[in-house]
Formats: sequence, C-alpha cells, structure tokens
Amino acid sequence: MSLNLRKEPDIKYVRPGDAACPGCPEAMGLRYLGMALGDKAILVVPAGCSSVIQGIIPKNSYHFPTVNIVFAAGASTAAGLAAAYEMLGKDAVVVVWAGDGGTSDIGFASLSGAAERNDNIIYICVDNEAYMNTGIQRSSLTPYGAWTTTTWKGKREHKKDLPLIMVSHRVPYVATASVAYPHDFIAKLKKAASIRGFKYIHLHAPCPVGWKFDADKTVEVAKLAVETGMWILFEYHNGVLRISPPSRPYMNKEKRKPVREYIKLQDRFRNLRDEDLVELEKRIDETWNWYMMLEQWTSREQKTLE
Amino acid sequence: MSVLTLTGNYAVAWAVKRARVQVVAAYPITPQTTIVEKISQMVENGEMNAKLIRVESEHSALAATFGAAIGGARAFTATASHGLLYMHEVLWWTAGARVPVVMAVVTRAIGPPWNIWTDHSDIMDQRDTGWIISMAEDNQEAFDLTLQAFRITEDDDVNLPMIVGLDAFILSHTYAPVDVLEQEDVDKWLPPRKQLYVIDSENRYSMGNIAYPKDYMLMRYDIERAMERAKKIIEKVDREYGEYFGRSYGGLIECYKCSDAKYLVALMGAWAGDAKEAVDKLRENGYNVGIMRVRFIRPLAVEKILEYASGKKGVLVMDRSISFGSAGPLFIEISSVLSMNGKPPAMKGVLAGIGGVDVGYRDIMDIISKFVDEVEERGWFVKRQEWFFSHKR
Ligand SMILES: Cc1ncc(C[n+]2csc(CCOP(=O)(O)OP(=O)(O)O)c2C)c(N)n1
Ligand code: SF4
Repeated sequence: MSLNLRKEPDIKYVRPGDAACPGCPEAMGLRYLGMALGDKAILVVPAGCSSVIQGIIPKNSYHFPTVNIVFAAGASTAAGLAAAYEMLGKDAVVVVWAGDGGTSDIGFASLSGAAERNDNIIYICVDNEAYMNTGIQRSSLTPYGAWTTTTWKGKREHKKDLPLIMVSHRVPYVATASVAYPHDFIAKLKKAASIRGFKYIHLHAPCPVGWKFDADKTVEVAKLAVETGMWILFEYHNGVLRISPPSRPYMNKEKRKPVREYIKLQDRFRNLRDEDLVELEKRIDETWNWYMMLEQWTSREQKTLE
Repeated sequence: MSVLTLTGNYAVAWAVKRARVQVVAAYPITPQTTIVEKISQMVENGEMNAKLIRVESEHSALAATFGAAIGGARAFTATASHGLLYMHEVLWWTAGARVPVVMAVVTRAIGPPWNIWTDHSDIMDQRDTGWIISMAEDNQEAFDLTLQAFRITEDDDVNLPMIVGLDAFILSHTYAPVDVLEQEDVDKWLPPRKQLYVIDSENRYSMGNIAYPKDYMLMRYDIERAMERAKKIIEKVDREYGEYFGRSYGGLIECYKCSDAKYLVALMGAWAGDAKEAVDKLRENGYNVGIMRVRFIRPLAVEKILEYASGKKGVLVMDRSISFGSAGPLFIEISSVLSMNGKPPAMKGVLAGIGGVDVGYRDIMDIISKFVDEVEERGWFVKRQEWFFSHKR
C-alpha cells in the first residue's frame, strides 16, 4: 500500500501549544493517529504523559473527542464506549492510547480481558519503555540494562514480549509500529480500523527525556531500534504473522546494525557493561528466532488450510 | 400491577429490564451474583435488548459501565463488598465526570476473615465519592428504588451516579412478592436516557484533562450543589412515583410513628422492618418511640433530620458497621446534624449486626428500651459507641 502523508487530512489532531516536551514521540504518534483515522476516532486516555500533553482545562490541544480515565481502566472504559456505540448505532472508532505502564503493568488485566472478549476497539500501547509521567521509573517494558529512577544500576530483567502475548490471545489483529515509520504505522491503523473486534498496536516511542538523548534525535533513535533489530515491526492478521517491510531486511542477522550504535545515543545505557551488551544481543537473536519461526509456521498453517 | 415472587436480587434485575438498560457490565461476587445471572438470562432469551460485558474485574465493571454511559447508553452494574472496594477510584471518576450511572450494591461485610453476610461497611466506605447512596428496606423497595434511580440520576438538576443498596441474603436471596409493574406503564413514567453531555464523533468533547486548582475546586463545588438539588429531586421522584404507581416511601427519610414519639431510632436497610415491629410492641408497653429510616445516606437529609428530631428527648442510632477509631458512620452523620440544634437530644450509637450477626425485633426492643430507660433515669447524655453482640437466648 502506498501512502502520501501530504495527502492525508490537513487537520491538526494535536494542535500547536500542546504540553509535550520537545521531541516527544507521543505527540508525534497522536498526529499520525489523526491522519489515519480522522474524525471517527474517539480517544480513551489512561493516566500517563498523554493525559498531560492535552494541556490544561479549559484549553485542550487534542482535536480528538477524549475520555480521560484512571490508570488501569483504558481497555475496559473503551469496551463500554464501544458497546454503547453499537447499541445506539453510532459510527466511531474507539482507540485506547496508553503508555507501557498503563498497558503492560497496571492495565494488563483489563487489556487481556478486552482482548479475550474481542471487544471492538483499537488498543495502542505507546511504548516509551518506562513510567515517564511520574519521572522515569522502570516498567515491565523497560529493556535490560536501562537506567531508570528505580533501577539506578540498570534494569536486571528483560522487556516483556507484550506483542507476542497479544498474538497468543488470537485476536483479529496485532501489529507493532514505530514513530520512525509513519507510513507503516498509518497503514496499520487504517487496516485495524477496517477490522471488527479487538485490535492491538504496539508503538515504539523513544522518549528524549527518559532515555536521555537530544530532542532532535527521536526519529533517529527509533529508526536505529529497527535497524539494529531491537524492535521488530510485524503484523498478525487472520492468524498469519508477517514481518513488516521496514524490518524484513533484518531477518538476515548480517544486515542488522550493531546494537552499540543504538545504545550509544542514549545515556540511560551509560552503565551498560560488555557482558550486558552480550546479554542484549542474545535476547535480540532469540526474539528474532521466535518471530521468524512464527511467520513460517503461521503461513504454512494457512497454506495447508487453503 | 404484575406481582411475582422474587428475591431482592431478581427484583433489581427486573427493574433494570423495565428501565430498558442498554449496557450492563459486571463481575461475580456473592451475594450480588444472581443479579447479573438473571440479567444475562434475560438478555440471552431476547427479553431484554442490552449488551452485556462480562468483564474480568470490578474495576473494569465500573469503568466499562462508565464508558457506556459517557457514550450515551443507559448503563448498569452491580457488586458487593470487596468488589465495591476494588472499584473505589472509578466511583470517584464517574461522579467527577457527572455521568449518570446506576449500581446495585448488595451490602456485605469486608474481610478478613472472609464473611459473606450483610453489614454496611462496604457502602458506608463510599460516602465521600460523590455518589447518591440509598438503602432499601424490602424487595419491593429494591425494585422501586432501582427504577427511580434512573429518573433521579438523569434529572437535569442532578447528573450524578447512584447506588441502590440492599442487604445481603436478608433481601438479596429471600423471596417476597414484588410488583414489577407493566412495561408500558414504566415506559410512560421513565423518559428515554438524558445526560449532561455525551462523547462521540459528533459530540467532540473532552473529559478529565488537567485542571488548575481553582477550576478543580469549582467543579467540586458544582458536585456539592448537584447533591443539594438532588435532595429535592429524590423527594419529587418518590412523590410522583407514588402518584403514578401507588407506592412512595417518604423520600430521603421514612418516618415511622415519629410525630408523636418522644424517642427516635435512626437506622438504614432491611432491619428497619424488625425495628418497626419492635416499636409497635414497645408502644404497647408504654415506650413512646418512632423510627427515622434513613433511605439516603447521600445526600444526607440534614433539614429533615433536624425537623423530625426537634423536641425529641433522645435519638438512638443503630449502625451495621464502624468507622474504627470513631463510631458507627450513621451515628457520626446524625449526631453531627443534631449538634446543629441548640438543644440536642440525648444520643447513643449502638453497633450491632456487624458481619451478619442476626438481630431480631426482640433484640431491637431490648436495645431501644434500655436507651429510653437510661435517658429517663440519668437525663441527657451522649454515648458514641455501645456494642451489642447478640442475645443470650
Ligand atoms: C492507580 C494509580 N497508580 C499510580 C498512578 C500514578 N501514575 C500516573 S501516570 C504513571 C506512569 C505512566 O506511565 P506509562 O503508562 O508508561 O505512560 P507514560 O507516562 O510513559 O506515557 C503513574 C505511575 C496513577 N495515576 N494511578
Ligand atoms: S517525558 Fe517523554 S513521552 Fe513524556 S511528554 Fe516528555 S518526551 Fe513525551
């Protein structure tokens, strides 16, 4: 599918004057969301940076109708909204816009519940790999070795493979995306909006404040995550998992850039030792193996079915 | 009239059906569960046109109900005890958003130790949340209150959520005749869903982003004003319901044999039935007592309490829960109101029936007569706590 960003609606879904930090990936992602879904999108925002980026009452920088909600209740609130719209015959796309903490930790039960019930919503996890809004604390999606204000010497546990967990819910649609690849993200959003039932999109969102890199490098860092294989873009639809075009070259390990190139831009990895780097690399290979195996396996299954 | 023999929980389910609720989200917990079970059956049989969200927790149950309500649907949930506590932050959120929602709470003790019997700790714990909170005395009232709750919460002057409370087992699982009315009559009495605002792709509002302190405080002031207005609306709805269906309950407070009484007993919920019996018997023995049955703990009927208690010699408050370190919550509420009176009556707070301890009319007779005798003997006094464990019989 080819997409010309310039041809997308010109409405600013995040208006100038928002309260995001410079280089904020969440504000960036929200703009793409607006381009993809337009006026049909209703936002549900649990506590996190995106609750703040809106600005202060009575002003509001979001052009989306927005329901802010308590931290753990993104998916459940959205499920209720979607049920109401269905009963009342209203045309809308209910979108949860939640951080990694709101998704993978405190909101995890409500997310899993909505997925299992196949509620008709799009759930987007904006993954900046820590609790940024409360001042950079570790979450279950913080990567191994990263400094946060609750892991001063670097996190000792790996990032939870949440997209894979969502795939194992066998919902109609799961995808990963990155703020560095808006075409890919927008195409995935549009596809998700065309599908009935539960859709999950996990958006990788490097945060200059929490990861400690210069505010003009958000896209560069996000891109390196994909090029080093730290972040894999894929799509799971109709039971088939497929690595997305931007990530396909890196199925070949030789083509991946050294992880060090990604790490060195971010001061949150300043205490990373050589053995930590090896550990991270091991994890990257492992994750790739999982996903490539799943691609092979699910597409073969599909063929036998046909 | 259409009389069925129903448990309190089924009576609530029938009221939900009669109100044409569109979305129900709930999670099982004893003794609430049979409400949702009944509703599920009604929906699956096609008797009720609603969408059920069988959520994975009570936190999600209220959040989904709230979501449905803010999207414009008439929405309902039900819970009890730990389920209600688990929802707590969403109660605040729902009231703060000024979204009408109706929830049944089958009052049950809180652990540990585990205990599934009635007491009022769960419901009393929600007094500060901005919800209208009521307690029924019997199954018929549980039905009537649930139906009235939709009129009250959706009134232009209110726009606040409401809890309908009913005591575990005593009402929830006990069968009694209930007039479930005719659908066409209810349809004439209860208008379609109304609310302050709806959020959808046409109504492009935003709810809940950050507010500066002065705006936040003003919004809190607005909730309080709505609570104040709700007092009138509750009285009005109860009166109109009476004119329409022939049953009303005295609005915020039911006063039973109050006017000529020298002493009053204040309490909430199902044991008011036993208390009425106790009062009838005591009157035969020369005890001049009446009952102030608090139907709504929020909003608190300050004016009515003052009016009914004025000139009385003593007011006894019976609580089915305690605010540890202080007193029974109903006692705290009532005594705070009565102390506004220049000449407050003698007061005593009795803690009884906690964790489902059975309290019969004879127990209540003893509690009341003891209080009356004490006041007659000693004169004016205030005692914040007296524990009544059970009768040695
Ligand atoms: C029940 C509850 N616990 C804690 C908080 C405090 N809190 C607000 S936002 C937040 C972190 C959000 O992190 P994340 O979901 O990763 O989103 P981000 O801020 O990174 O966008 C926390 C801990 C809260 N609002 N509610
Ligand atoms: S902390 Fe990061 S995610 Fe949060 S507003 Fe700032 S740049 Fe955006």
